[in-house]
This record gives sequence, C-alpha cells and structure tokens, in this order.
Amino acid sequence: MKHLIDPTDLSLAEIDEILALAEEIIKDRPRFAEVCKGKKLATLFFEPSTRTRLSFEAAMLELGGSVLGFSSADSSSAAKGESVADTARTVEKYADIIAMRHPKEGAPLVASMHVHIPVINAGDGGHNHPTQTLTDLLTIQQTKHRLNNLTVGFCGDLKFGRTVHSLIKQLSLYDNIKFVLISPEELQVPDYIKEEVLIQKNIPFVEVQQMEDVIHDLDILYMTRVQRERFFNEADYIRLKDSYILDLNKLENAREDLKILHPLPRVNEIATEVDDDPRAVYFDQAEYGKFVRMALIMKLLGLDANA
Amino acid sequence: MLKVDSIERGIVLDHIKAGKSMQIYKFLHLDALDCSVAIIKNVKSNKMGAKDIIKINETIDINLDVLGYIDPNITVNIIEHGVTVEKKCLALPGRITNVAKCKNPRCITSVEQDLDHIFRLADRDAGVYRCVYCDHKTEGTF
Repeated sequence: MKHLIDPTDLSLAEIDEILALAEEIIKDRPRFAEVCKGKKLATLFFEPSTRTRLSFEAAMLELGGSVLGFSSADSSSAAKGESVADTARTVEKYADIIAMRHPKEGAPLVASMHVHIPVINAGDGGHNHPTQTLTDLLTIQQTKHRLNNLTVGFCGDLKFGRTVHSLIKQLSLYDNIKFVLISPEELQVPDYIKEEVLIQKNIPFVEVQQMEDVIHDLDILYMTRVQRERFFNEADYIRLKDSYILDLNKLENAREDLKILHPLPRVNEIATEVDDDPRAVYFDQAEYGKFVRMALIMKLLGLDANA
Repeated sequence: MLKVDSIERGIVLDHIKAGKSMQIYKFLHLDALDCSVAIIKNVKSNKMGAKDIIKINETIDINLDVLGYIDPNITVNIIEHGVTVEKKCLALPGRITNVAKCKNPRCITSVEQDLDHIFRLADRDAGVYRCVYCDHKTEGTF
C-alpha cells in the first residue's frame, strides 16, 4: 500500500506524474467530477487547520467523493486516550483513504503501519507536511513553468518551518537549483538539512540575514512567519523583525518575474499592499493546494479519469 | 599481569573500545547466562592503546546489530576446541529496533509507550542514526 508520509516517499517520477495530473485537472475540471464517486476520505485532524483540512475536503468533493472525520483531538477518542494505531484501524473500516494531521511527529507513520488503506500525512508537528510541498511545487511549476534552473530564496523562520525543510529536500532533486536562506542567526536552517541534503548533494546555498541584499537574485521568494516567541530576547526581535517583512519598497529591486510564495496563514510578514502585485501568488498557491491534493488522492487510490 | 584463562568453546568479543564493555554486557543480556563470562577492561592494545574484551564460555546467538550499533569496530571470535574458527567483523546496521530511545519530546513515541523505538542509519560515514518517526538523532542507547 502506498502512503505519503515523508516527501521522499514519492520518487521524482511519481511527483512529476502527480503534478502533470494536477495540471490536467486544472485544464478540464468537469472530466474529473465523478472520479471518486462512492469513495470516502477521512480527515483525522488532531489539531486545528483551515487550509489543509478544507483543501483536502474540497479536493475529495470536487472528485465526486465524500468526506468524514474530525477537526480536533477533543472531538475524537484520542481525548479518551485511544492510540493513533487504534484510531486508524477503526477509521479504516469506514473510509477508503485517510488524511491525518497530528501534533506529535511521526503519528501518521504509525497510522500507516497499521492500516491497509492509503494514509496521507497532512502535517505532523513541526516535522513533515508533504502535501504542502506538492502544493509549493505545483505553484512553482504553474507560475514559473519549470522546476529546474531556479534561485529560490527562503525568508523568515527557517529553523522550525517544516514547509521550508520539505521544499528544500524536494527541490534538491531538480537540476541547477540554488538556495538563498534569509533568516536571523537564531532561526537558520537546521544543520541536518545542510549536512545531509545541501552539502551531501553539492547544492549551492548562501545564508544571509538581510532580504534587501539578495532579493534581486531570486526567481522564487518563499516567505514564512517569524514568530516573536522564537527569539531568545526581545531586543533581537525588535532589531530583526522588519528585515523579514516584505513590502513594495523591498520589492523595488526584485525581478519582474519573481514569484512570491507563502504557505499561509500570514500575520504581518507580507504587507497587504503586496497582495495586488502580480508577483504575489500566495492565494493562487492555496488553490493549487486543492488541485494537487485531487491528483494525489487519485494517484493513491489508483483511479483514472478515463476508467 | 592479570591472567584470564582462554576458553575452550564460546565467543570472544575483542577490540571493544575501552570502557564500553559493561554497556555491551548489559545490552546482550549476558547477566542472564549460566556460563562464565569474563569482562576484561583496559587491556593494552597496539592498535587501540587500550581496549576491553569480553569472553563468553558458551556459544550463544549474539545480536550483531546491537553490537554493530554500539561499536562497529568490535570483532566477534567464535571459539571451538580452543581455536578461533570464525572471525566476524561488524558494520553499522541499517536499522535498529528498541536499542536506542528517541529523546525528542515532540515524537509520537514520547506519548505512546507501546511503540517500538526504531532508528535508521542516516549517514554511514558519520554513524548518524535518526528516529523513523521524527528524524531526531539518537543520543546513546536505552
């Protein structure tokens, strides 16, 4: 049984297939309207989420399937102390595919070890969030029309940002990718990503603290939120916080064909004045998230629009 | 010079890094054996400076994965009729189960006690193991 727990569970060829299928869906949505008729997706969300859960549910509904599940641990038997394995075994009796979000790292892997239906990791703590990575890849593919030959900037909290780690790992599989890692020293990309991905694969990267110094080099700028509570002291936060807020002024030096991504939710790290700039694609990205999840559900269930 | 008799039939774990023999004794559950077991610490070694040796006066099944994880440089000598009939060199195992415990408080294993603690070899050159659930590095053994 194929699951999607870690971004590396999918080969490059499988990812390309999913992205290609998502592009087909975008071009001809009615053709896919009944592909999942009679199939049920269980969304097991042990912690709250807006975009991910709704995009999974919208994806299944658009494929003609139905959805069931819960949106917080309080409304499941986890509140009574049920194990992840037992919850998954039970849900397996009611659904054809599971999307699970859990605050503990590895919980979706545990679920996948105990069931015979596909399990999709919809975010496990600060660890992995592979469907966000697929969303990001589809957004880059749709807006830049390529996934190679790119200089990709990541800005903000690169230490705890799981979406950043997953996307770095995945983009590292494509040719001629350069990374520009923009963050305060306290929130740099963890050593294991640098050692086991970037250095091991000889992928060029630079680490800088100021967005202004590098913005003109970028094809993609992936923004993330810098949270006050991540800083060791208030003085550093005040000193650095404006460096990580994108506004039209900072964009003046950026390329015309730059694309700005953000996994959302945004707080204040992108000024709302940027939203109307054609380079801002973060709300489109949320929609691509639905299309890529439609493609993923079809792929994991082994369904075909022509069947 | 301390003298420990050679064994007639059994296993000699040689080239143990000095100071690690007690950990190995514990991990291989050698305390549960009825036969005699000798732990020799700080033996002079040309190659290693100092080393530990464990002599087990019986042929038992040894979990080579556990041993390889603790110290891949150990050699396992199988003794029959007082002579070495087989010398096994160890390697870092690809996967270890319930040998090390994940210390990451955010890992699912921190709240679900029945789960096996499984680690995979992430970097052979550096000998780094990571938890299969959360990718956290191992820190020692149980």
